[in-house]
Amino acid sequence: MTDNVLEVKNLTMHYMTRKGPVSAVNNVNFSVARGESLGLVGESGCGKTSIALSLLKLLPDNADIKQGQILINSKDIVPLNYAEICKLRWKQISMVFQAAMNALNPVYTVEDQILEAMQEHLPHLSEAEMDRRVDELFKLVGLDPKFKDQYPHQYSGGMRQRAVIAMALSCEPDIIVADEPTTALDVIVQDALLKRIRKIQEKLNMAMIYISHDIAVIAEVSDRMGVMYAGNLIEMASTEAIFHHPIHPYTMGLMSAFPSIVGDKTELTTLPGEPPDLLNPPTGCRYHPRCPYATAICSQEMPEYREHEAQHFAACWHPRGEV
Amino acid sequence: MENQDILVNIQDLSKLFPVGGGIFKRSDVFVHAVSGFNLQIKRGESVGLVGESGCGKSTTGKLLTRLINPTEGKIEIASAQGVIDIASLRGKKLKTFRRNVQMIFQDPYESMNPRLTIYDTVAEPLNVQGIGTIVERETRVSELLETVGLTPATSFLFRYPHELSGGQRQRVAIARALIVSPLFVVADEPTSMLDVSVRTGVMHLMQDLATNLNVTYLYITHDLAVARYMCDRIAVMYLGKLVELAETEELLHHALHPYTQALLSAVPVPDPTHSRKAVQIKGGISKPVNPKPRCRFYDRCLLADNSCRDSPHPELEDKGNNHFVACHKV
Repeated sequence: MTDNVLEVKNLTMHYMTRKGPVSAVNNVNFSVARGESLGLVGESGCGKTSIALSLLKLLPDNADIKQGQILINSKDIVPLNYAEICKLRWKQISMVFQAAMNALNPVYTVEDQILEAMQEHLPHLSEAEMDRRVDELFKLVGLDPKFKDQYPHQYSGGMRQRAVIAMALSCEPDIIVADEPTTALDVIVQDALLKRIRKIQEKLNMAMIYISHDIAVIAEVSDRMGVMYAGNLIEMASTEAIFHHPIHPYTMGLMSAFPSIVGDKTELTTLPGEPPDLLNPPTGCRYHPRCPYATAICSQEMPEYREHEAQHFAACWHPRGEV
Repeated sequence: MENQDILVNIQDLSKLFPVGGGIFKRSDVFVHAVSGFNLQIKRGESVGLVGESGCGKSTTGKLLTRLINPTEGKIEIASAQGVIDIASLRGKKLKTFRRNVQMIFQDPYESMNPRLTIYDTVAEPLNVQGIGTIVERETRVSELLETVGLTPATSFLFRYPHELSGGQRQRVAIARALIVSPLFVVADEPTSMLDVSVRTGVMHLMQDLATNLNVTYLYITHDLAVARYMCDRIAVMYLGKLVELAETEELLHHALHPYTQALLSAVPVPDPTHSRKAVQIKGGISKPVNPKPRCRFYDRCLLADNSCRDSPHPELEDKGNNHFVACHKV
């Protein structure tokens, strides 16, 4: 028995639209161990948020999990009904969204909203205990508890995001899914929040999935990271391995297309073409129309997602451009 | 600096927005969105304007394109008709001036009329300015679409914005701005909505156009890493004031103002083995509503002392090497 809080096996998910099925998540496999921070990076429309929503079963009505298992603490949540999944949410898995203002209810105080989740999931706590816990949570995320009876609109963007994180932590989940929590924030606020998130995650020994389009942010908060492209998980390894020895040509391109303010000013490479339309994804490897190393096989067969080096997984016919 | 080289000369530019007030009551509370802004931009140069949200960088961009009117100050542009102060232009003269200064907006999804084809969108400035015959316009639009990388142009001319991807739309927006051969282009976060894999392409395009067509840019961005690649010089704004101005590499490696230093140390680095210096700043950003007559950064600055509290906001001072900074403590 491994200590995996979350295991995703062969997950395939489609959105049914009038134009046909959109293949948003395609045969994705990964797992997250207790106390581990996993980053998921990819461009808009690559399926990273769709995975996050699948993990909490927050998918819209037109989403259809075609196959696969999502095991949270070894229990498959795919077949669960609404009442059963509600028991798992907050307590075993919780989520932090990008738009904190939309995640908070404007007509309740922040304290009331945090209490609501606790009353539902931790009914054995007395009122005094809950109050104390709210204070603790506020301190944990770096908010002054004296602001707890204020309304969300009285908070700044950074404070709201902290409040949402406090809420997500309220029932001590085993795993927290953070979907671009700092994207809407300014760099200085983002920096403080990233450091805080990392500290909390390590202190509580909690598993975390951190989703972002910004590889620099992922580099700050993740032990391990996965790269997604057009619904596929194409590479996964330790953050250092991905940054310093990427295998997949897309990851290689992404790394050299990203500007940095430190080090020498290197030439930024341009990835040719545009991400594909998932209504009608390319055959074979979905990256082949843009890949500089593509050969005949790339357009015919989807490469297997396998371990190329120790703990370094990738799906590519020509790893690092080898023929 | 030679005088003929200066294309845009901004002097003491200010914009105050009233807070509250009404039809019968004049407001006496103002947001000092931009105040006492001075900047000279040379011909063919790209200057980056960086800062956090609410620091007045977009307002500055709108003032320079006269989308809003300045409260005071001069914006002089050296056009073919000689140096004109655009802050006071009205009517027909203002319309002619728009030929010289164009803008590229952040969101390519909102800045285009969904009911106009790409041809209509790009040709609209020619229409408004009354340039060329219909045949000439058609050739010019096709040529420019090819220049911005939308090839073959014929396959794009009669499509609508919703049929294009974000990167393609931003290329259309660039073509629309450049069709009247402007002297000066204000680009307000042109790449921040784009994904990394298409962003570099648009950045390279803008640089190529700057060299080939001799376009001068004011590049407004919150992303210092992008500014590093796009700009010759970087100007840092804080609460309506310019606090530091220097050549790009000089600013990144030898920042003098405590705010710039904090900003630089907060930028995440795409390298897990790199460890950054801790950010030296306190508090959060506020609004410049009737600001006290002292350094705007006083409340958040760790270097500030009583002399900073009692003196007015520092002026930009030349520290040599074309490096200007507004701080009492440097």
